[in-house]
Amino acid sequence: MPQGSPTQQLVVIGGGMVARRLIDALRSRDEAGTWEVTLLCEEPRAPYDRVALTSYFTGRHPEDLALGGQDLWDDPLVTLRRGVRADRIDRDARTVTTSGGAVLPYDALVLATGSYAAVPPVPGKDLRGAFVYRTIDDVADLRAFVEKRRGELDRPVRGAVVGGGLLGLEAAGALTALDMESTVVEFAPRLMPLQVDDGGGAALKRLIEALGVRVRTSTATSKIVGDRGAVSRMEFGEGPALDVDVVIFAVGVRPRDELARDCGLEVGERGGVLVDDACATADPAVWAIGEVANIGGRCLGLVAPGYTMAEIVADRLLGGAGTFPGADLSTKLKLLGVDVASFGDAFAQEPGGLEVVISDPVAGVYKKLVMSDDARTLRGGILVGDASAYAALRPMVGRELGGDPAAYLLPEGSGPAPVGDLPDDATVCSCNNVSAGAVRCAVTEGGCTDLGGVKACTRAGTSCGSCLPLVKRLVTTELERSGIEVSNALCEHFELSRAQLFDVVRVQGLTTFSEIIAAHGRGRGCDICKPVIGSILASLGTGHILEGERATLQDTNDHVMANLQKDGSYSVVPRIPGGEITPEGLIVIGEVAKDFGLYTKITGGQRIDLFGARIEQLPQIWKRLVDNGFESGHAYGKSLRTVKSCVGSTWCRYGVQDSVGLAIALELRYRGLRSPHKIKLGVSGCARECAEARGKDVGVIATDNGWNLYVGGNGGFTPRHAQLLAEDLDTETLVRAIDRFLMFYVRTADRLQRTAAWVEDHEGGLESIRSVVIDDSLGIGADLDAAMAGHVDGYEDEWAAALADPEKLRRFGSFVNAPDRADDSFAYVAERGQPRPATPEERTSGVLIAGTTLEVRR
Amino acid sequence: MTVDVVTEEPGLALPGWVAVCRVGDLSPERGAAALVGGEQLALFRTHTDDVYAVQQLDPFSGAHVMSRGIVGSRGDAPTVASPMYKQVFDLRTGECLDPAGREPQPLRTWATDVRDGVVHVSRHEVAA
Ligand code: SRM
Ligand SMILES: Cc1cc2nc3c(=O)[nH]c(=O)nc-3n(C[C@H](O)[C@H](O)[C@H](O)COP(=O)(O)OP(=O)(O)OC[C@H]3O[C@@H](n4cnc5c(N)ncnc54)[C@H](O)[C@@H]3O)c2cc1C
Ligand code: SF4
Ligand code: FES
Repeated sequence: MPQGSPTQQLVVIGGGMVARRLIDALRSRDEAGTWEVTLLCEEPRAPYDRVALTSYFTGRHPEDLALGGQDLWDDPLVTLRRGVRADRIDRDARTVTTSGGAVLPYDALVLATGSYAAVPPVPGKDLRGAFVYRTIDDVADLRAFVEKRRGELDRPVRGAVVGGGLLGLEAAGALTALDMESTVVEFAPRLMPLQVDDGGGAALKRLIEALGVRVRTSTATSKIVGDRGAVSRMEFGEGPALDVDVVIFAVGVRPRDELARDCGLEVGERGGVLVDDACATADPAVWAIGEVANIGGRCLGLVAPGYTMAEIVADRLLGGAGTFPGADLSTKLKLLGVDVASFGDAFAQEPGGLEVVISDPVAGVYKKLVMSDDARTLRGGILVGDASAYAALRPMVGRELGGDPAAYLLPEGSGPAPVGDLPDDATVCSCNNVSAGAVRCAVTEGGCTDLGGVKACTRAGTSCGSCLPLVKRLVTTELERSGIEVSNALCEHFELSRAQLFDVVRVQGLTTFSEIIAAHGRGRGCDICKPVIGSILASLGTGHILEGERATLQDTNDHVMANLQKDGSYSVVPRIPGGEITPEGLIVIGEVAKDFGLYTKITGGQRIDLFGARIEQLPQIWKRLVDNGFESGHAYGKSLRTVKSCVGSTWCRYGVQDSVGLAIALELRYRGLRSPHKIKLGVSGCARECAEARGKDVGVIATDNGWNLYVGGNGGFTPRHAQLLAEDLDTETLVRAIDRFLMFYVRTADRLQRTAAWVEDHEGGLESIRSVVIDDSLGIGADLDAAMAGHVDGYEDEWAAALADPEKLRRFGSFVNAPDRADDSFAYVAERGQPRPATPEERTSGVLIAGTTLEVRR
Repeated sequence: MTVDVVTEEPGLALPGWVAVCRVGDLSPERGAAALVGGEQLALFRTHTDDVYAVQQLDPFSGAHVMSRGIVGSRGDAPTVASPMYKQVFDLRTGECLDPAGREPQPLRTWATDVRDGVVHVSRHEVAA
């Protein structure tokens, strides 16, 4: 369009993910400002990340699901109208009438109305307790309903999900996360029938059942029976009925094409606005994108093709000629603990395909690659139980794999992923359609110097995140290749990495933050570098973490030696080495909790957490604990947490060594050791492994001849099994090996890097660490031993030391001008006989049982 | 400026200002909570001995914890990072410099003045 001509009006109907992408793309390219955009959102909020909807269950705020920044909505050429539905389109007048009665003229109109969650016509589908799973409001309603039922029932709430596809399984996982009993009911003979084959379905069923979700396949729901208007039972075509309180329908989606139908636009046989490969309808002023568009004869229920359509229409509106290249329907199930991916020609529908299958029912793994008839070109695959190869394999579809395809199916870590050779046009991020070339280009030409930059500039990895490991490796490889030193700067204040800083501080014998930043940094530090330096100084045994200036480096947890909770109160965790505690000890903890009105809970680390202490109460609480022989459990520190034990040979009829004795000895040895991230150990008394030692940074498992030592395990976000470092060690050799392993880790790992990632990143991997720790290949063994001996000798209980020092105690005052006055913003409600923080709703409705004015017994 | 008589707070009363504590009561590069006219404020003393006052309420978590954040700098700005979800704020203006992935929200700020070693906080919030 020639410059100076008036702006044209673009109206976009439907504020979903795809609409957001369209407007983003248009505004970033339409420099001349030729289009003024109005977005009509029926939902009461700006477009959000529907793909991540399930995370809303895990306590996230709706705003955490926001897509991109607010800037777009502040753009003067963009008008966002929330809670406004488009009711009618007049194609002759080129206007849209809204639910509020406004008539908006348009020069171009884009339909991005997405889909409805389909509800099968079963009797009872409208009862209270029946839900769909599509919007934030759906999930909020579901959550509220479950909470309400939980209050009314004296048994777990029971839920069922109709539909065992991607969405249904995600929903079932969400129900178990809400502590509900859940059952998935699938009409087809297997779960995820569209993505996996029978072998994969069987493996998947086992994995889902292992999560505690019951599975009924080949089952048709015939009726939902109500009791006083609410769901109470489901009946099926065959098989016994099921008592339920909540039903979620996740049987598929139907395009929201009603506006298009009403204004005479053509729709497909099974719905969806018919568009050509430019996303244009028969009316040159009207386009359709995303799930509502019927392109190439079908509607596509994934976000990636929707994003592609958005880009095409943005391009076309600015005079371009982009066309739809066809869709990649690869998918990965986003359910924690269940790894499933399906990509390319997963069902070997193309003639002449060869299938390479590995099935290990014991390990719960089923993997299949579909290859061309000469076994060279990858056509597709199904990964169940371990989908770690997905990110690397998906971009290789249609290409020669090179080597034996079975090698790609071996367990994680046993084969290198083919990153270096990934062709430029291979799609790395399918959500955002970003190729390997685009990622490389962002580094070489776009000037991006880290993963964050590449994400911002290409959008790779910004949706489901499954491609991030691959993107990260590509970025690092490319940076190294272009001779750019991969920046490991800690933050804007230090160019050094944590490991470099550790060395500098150790070698130069620096002991204060001021010295360190003056010599090696700039500015006054921040919440990244200060705790790192605090931790380094602590690891080097420079004294109490709250001594002098060191106190300014500590995160609030370390600063008050307790764990900050959501309402600003703290929790207290006394150390219970190895999980062994006397009845007297239990009584002391119980009495302290009772006297201070604290919520108590057994932790996942075999000890007891006392919650809801106000800052000014911490010294009083700890005085009682310390006087009774307890000491800090360092639940707040990046330091040794717990050494978990099983009962071992002293009681257990299978135990072959004293696992409790060893666990206590190890916990007392390493307690208080400050480290790059937390450290957890476990000791099991026999190969049955009841202490889950292989889920720990250091795991010890008893053998008939001594101890096997495993390293690099963790639970958490990316669970890892520890790997065998040495076998059949006697106790002395074992302890020395752990000393060295931990000290080497403390010295050389990155900030917030658990041992698993450190081992993986370490040049030469586990082998090289074994040679340092066991064979002393670097000749630093004696040095590491001495450092650990220094730690063991220098240990003192942080809390006992703080209680003896009035200067340190001063920081526990609630207010500088009223140190004993309780913060009156706390509010608690009783639940199952104990206090918990009141929710915002409870605060306003006034159901509180107490604020903080009652010193004892809330 | 309205003249306001202070009765409930200790120390030297000055019109429109509240005497809160001695500078020495504040540790350098750490915050402290203070009650001023019934309101919870967070006071910070930097390594150059400037004193700043912002709201104690962390707008992102709804908890009264700002004084317990880590003090630092970002470029020239003295900063505090919320101890809860790590948003970073400019202590001088309350501006949110790093919203940690959320919609930015500022902190309210109050003028401070150190007279004869006593920290005074203005009764009137600095207009945003
Ligand atoms: C209290 C406890 C949950 C419980 O009620 O059982 C807990 C609570 C917290 N965990 Fe945990 N974790 C607890 C056991 C675990 C376990 C289980 C275990 O130790 O056997 C795990 C998985 C095992 C592991 O760590 O490998 C675990 C994995 C995490 C992670 C993920 C770590 C990872 O590598 O991915 C975090 C986040 C982090 O540290 O960055 C975390 C962080 C947290 C924090 C500190 C989050 C926070 O900043 O507020 C929680 C506050 C603790 C507190 O006292 O307020 N917690 N956390 C458990 C305390 C154990 C203890 O006695 O010290
Ligand atoms: C729980 C869940 C998990 C998912 N996981 C994945 C995944 O892992 N990978 C993947 O690729 N896809 C996933 N999807 C699918 C993905 O979310 C959709 O493909 C994508 O959101 C489609 O975007 P859209 O913009 O076309 O439609 P939508 O996001 O549905 O947006 C359409 C919007 O238009 C509004 N609207 C409709 N009619 C009107 C009207 N007349 N006036 C005004 N507004 C209107 C609707 O209220 C809605 O907000 C998932 C979906 C769900 C529900
Ligand atoms: S205790 Fe651990 S798992 Fe539970 S909510 Fe807190 S961080 Fe998450
Ligand atoms: S593949 Fe989903 S974000 Fe990249």
